[in-house]
Amino acid sequence: MKLTVHVNGASYTREVEPRLLLIHFLRDELRLTGSHWGCDTSNCGACVVWLDETPVKSCTVLAAMADGHRVRTVEGLGRGGDLDPVQQGFAQCHGLQCGFCTPGMMLTARWLLDRNPDPSPAEIREALSGQICRCTGYENIVRSVLWASKHEASMHAESMHAESMHAESGPEASRPEASGPEASGPEASGPEASGPEASGPEASGPEASKHAESGPEESGHEASKHAESGPGASGPEASGHGAAGREPWGAGGDDAAREVPA
Amino acid sequence: MTAPAERRGGGDRGGGDQDGGRRGSSAYGPMPRKEDARFIRGKGTFVDDIALPGMLHGAVLRSPLPHARIISIDTAAAEAHPRVEAVITGRTLAARGLAWMPTLSADVQAVLATDKVRFQGQEVAFVVATDRYSARDALELISVEYEPLPAVIDAARALDPGAPVIRDDLAGQPDNHIFDWEAGDKAATDAIFTAADVVVAQDMLYPRTHPAPLETCGTVADMDPVSGRLTVWSTTQAPHAHRTLYALVTGLPEHKIRVVSPDIGGGFGNKVPIYPAYLCAIIGSIVTGRPVKWIEDRSENLMSTTFARDYHMHGEIAAAADGRILALRASVLADHGAFNATAQPSKFPAGFFHMFTGSYDLRAAHCAVTAVYTNKAPGGVAYSCSFRITEAVYLVERLVDLLAGELGTDPAELRMKNLLRPEQFPYTCPTGWEYDSGDYPQALQLAMDMAGYPELRREQAAKRERGEYMGIGISFFTEGVGAGPRKHMDILGLGMADGADLRVHPTGKAVLGVSCQTQGQGHETTFAQIVAAELGLSPDDVDVVHGDTDRTPFGLGTYGSRSTPVSGAAAAMVARKVRERAKIIAAAMLEVSPDDLTWADGRWQVRGDPEKARGIAEIAMAAHGALELPDGVEGHLNAETVYDPPNLTYPFGAYICVTDVDPGTGQVKVRRFIAVDDCGVRINPMIVEGQVHGGLADGVGMALMQVIAFDAAGNCLGGSFMDYLLPTSVECPSWELGETCTPSPHHPIGAKGIGESATVGSPPAVVNSVLDALAPFGIRHADMPLTPANVWSALQGRPLRTDLAVP
Repeated sequence: MKLTVHVNGASYTREVEPRLLLIHFLRDELRLTGSHWGCDTSNCGACVVWLDETPVKSCTVLAAMADGHRVRTVEGLGRGGDLDPVQQGFAQCHGLQCGFCTPGMMLTARWLLDRNPDPSPAEIREALSGQICRCTGYENIVRSVLWASKHEASMHAESMHAESMHAESGPEASRPEASGPEASGPEASGPEASGPEASGPEASGPEASKHAESGPEESGHEASKHAESGPGASGPEASGHGAAGREPWGAGGDDAAREVPA
Repeated sequence: MTAPAERRGGGDRGGGDQDGGRRGSSAYGPMPRKEDARFIRGKGTFVDDIALPGMLHGAVLRSPLPHARIISIDTAAAEAHPRVEAVITGRTLAARGLAWMPTLSADVQAVLATDKVRFQGQEVAFVVATDRYSARDALELISVEYEPLPAVIDAARALDPGAPVIRDDLAGQPDNHIFDWEAGDKAATDAIFTAADVVVAQDMLYPRTHPAPLETCGTVADMDPVSGRLTVWSTTQAPHAHRTLYALVTGLPEHKIRVVSPDIGGGFGNKVPIYPAYLCAIIGSIVTGRPVKWIEDRSENLMSTTFARDYHMHGEIAAAADGRILALRASVLADHGAFNATAQPSKFPAGFFHMFTGSYDLRAAHCAVTAVYTNKAPGGVAYSCSFRITEAVYLVERLVDLLAGELGTDPAELRMKNLLRPEQFPYTCPTGWEYDSGDYPQALQLAMDMAGYPELRREQAAKRERGEYMGIGISFFTEGVGAGPRKHMDILGLGMADGADLRVHPTGKAVLGVSCQTQGQGHETTFAQIVAAELGLSPDDVDVVHGDTDRTPFGLGTYGSRSTPVSGAAAAMVARKVRERAKIIAAAMLEVSPDDLTWADGRWQVRGDPEKARGIAEIAMAAHGALELPDGVEGHLNAETVYDPPNLTYPFGAYICVTDVDPGTGQVKVRRFIAVDDCGVRINPMIVEGQVHGGLADGVGMALMQVIAFDAAGNCLGGSFMDYLLPTSVECPSWELGETCTPSPHHPIGAKGIGESATVGSPPAVVNSVLDALAPFGIRHADMPLTPANVWSALQGRPLRTDLAVP
């Protein structure tokens, strides 16, 4: 059967067996090997990716179920060369050892912080309770997520401060919050929302397309330009800033339109 | 001399700084890991990430029966499948003399079954197909006719007269007995027991568990038919040993074999052995002329790869009326599965179990181990066991608690009374181990202070009045790691010394080649820190090369917490060789005698004239240049070494676990866990703590939920994560860590290693805690795992036998 899946902002059309699991579609067909496969009973979570706005265990999702939908993998965290604060947190706080569970953990953490920017350690543990780590004993994973939430809070506070400085210098300085219908992604993100895959050569096999092929699900350039930078979007470091001004990841928009506040 | 104790509780570690300024002696310390850059981007290269042109996929057909004769195997339908390239059976292998392979314990193991299958899950056939789904489809097209045989499942029945003989493939094997082994002085020990005031005895089981790294085992085998070179990418913790074994088993010349461990998603001993399917993939590649990938699924991993423990122990402790522990004795029935494939130094068939003397000043000890075959998967030494020290520590720490109960003494007080004193080190225990250094009472006191021990006991008493049950469990452990001196320790004849080589480029950047193999322990960072500290460089200036037998020196790999004690020592020593060579070159550059130079601030300086100095980078450039070198000094700035450790190292720790037990449901909640570890000098405290955290989770898991059980028919009941339960973030508390530091006197940088300490020390703390909670009910002992059902049954006076489904 033929299907089209939008992964990290790029569209991939492939001919696959109906029984192909989403994890194998991502890993073997698209060569996005950042998501891993660790069990056969949907217990371990090494395969966690986003299907639309929800973390799912992609070992228990058929690729066919993702036809026409958006998928976000670890390769779609961060933007351009910049790391998502969750990724930074894991590196700063030793939230990973072997790295095998890490992509799934980070994607769930990202989802959590989008909805709960200031979680308690207990809330973090609850959110991650469907995923197994064999190396870290979870402590540093929790600290990594706390680091990311604090980092995003302080980035947001800085940009709110910059925003209020701007406001003194004229009305055009204040910009609308990203609030379009799709504005539910985690961060200020333009079309290459999720890193190089959306634009780099590895994002697309011969059939992959990030240009508007046709059809309403296409998540390339037709996506709204307004869905770009909320108040916190500022420069290369601002790779995430919590709930305010969240961008629909992979939704499109023109990155060049984002401005860096003075 | 012991460094002052330090408490390091929970709380935000904050971030390690970027490296700037961390060089030379300040290279030790918590810095973020160099390897993280790829993993946080999902750009690691694990075996299943590898895709080679023309690559095929393998799948294994496995026996559904634990013991059966093979009557026939019909592969015609599978071979006819349009996407199948090859089907290999035991008969195919037997024709090449490859149906059996040696194990790491001088036994043989079937690669693909020929005469019989001997455990449920055993490899029977190997299919090679164009894609992984077709390979699995083709398994169902293979038809095997079995004649079921009675199976030996209960190790206690394995030596019954008339028990089915599993290993009838071995000439002269009349029964299921593998070996008897003992250590210590039986006569002296028995005499003490006979005369002792107090003797406590207890049977206890360390059940069969499984390391279950998150990445399963796998390989990509690529035999190039033109060059005759075999490249094997594999989940192996010991790539060089695997290369040598492949040469011995296949007859391929060793210099044409390359083994590459890419990134490994956790090892924990599961990735030490060569598994049959690795060999099948190699043969598949030879037969098809194309690369063959084989990756097992989780059920295969749990059912057929090396399990851990399965020690049925009887322990006894003898004491004086005043609480002085005098002696220990133990007898063990060891279930090794269908083949003896335990991985440990060859002279120690029961591993280091005879360190069961523990952390106490004993007069005598004796242990005897009997190993048997059963119709289960082979293995036994795995899962961070430090070669059976997990079993040993569990035994002694449970016995000490039982003794405390018998005497009516507080278990902390009893331990404090009997712990070895600092002045007794180096200490030779009654079974011959020479513990290198330690201040045990300091560690226990720190743990008690961090826990608030007296307050906890008061809280416990108050709760008991109200019918609430909390427990406080202690475990004090001594580890023995860093195997080991090559004259005593070898695996299949390969001495356990590790090589290291170091090359400094003209611009002063260094490349260290090591033989050990990280599976998440952070060697790319810590080993760079070791070299940086010795040479006055930044860790960013040092690249660590590992995992590729073509690019690295020989060594025995990473398990048994041996990387820092052995390869870390090799790294320090090779860096010192480079530094000494650099001294002579610096002297030539400065036109002084080498004796006039002193190493300070990361440079060779003229004594008394510190402005006249040269750092490693400048020296390296000169060494590659036209500088006239003194006699006896070669150009460039390289060195190599093989480090043969003089002894093991002996990390230790004091752990305290607080649990709350619901007597109505049997549910156990781990409220707190305090862990004080002493691993000598810490290269990177952040990484050390991460290692401890991971091992503490193992303790919660093994004590409360993990077991690979079997039913009476021999069906494996732990074949998936729905049955083999592992702790998640919710079952684990926020670990509270402390440290003491007694450097190893014989290790070049005083480090001892830490990887397995917490897995060794934590299960007894949790079990002791739960049984402490249940003490008012008069329960002396219940075996792991202390699941709610097991706890509840113990409360009813009917403890379950946890390794079998039949009560």
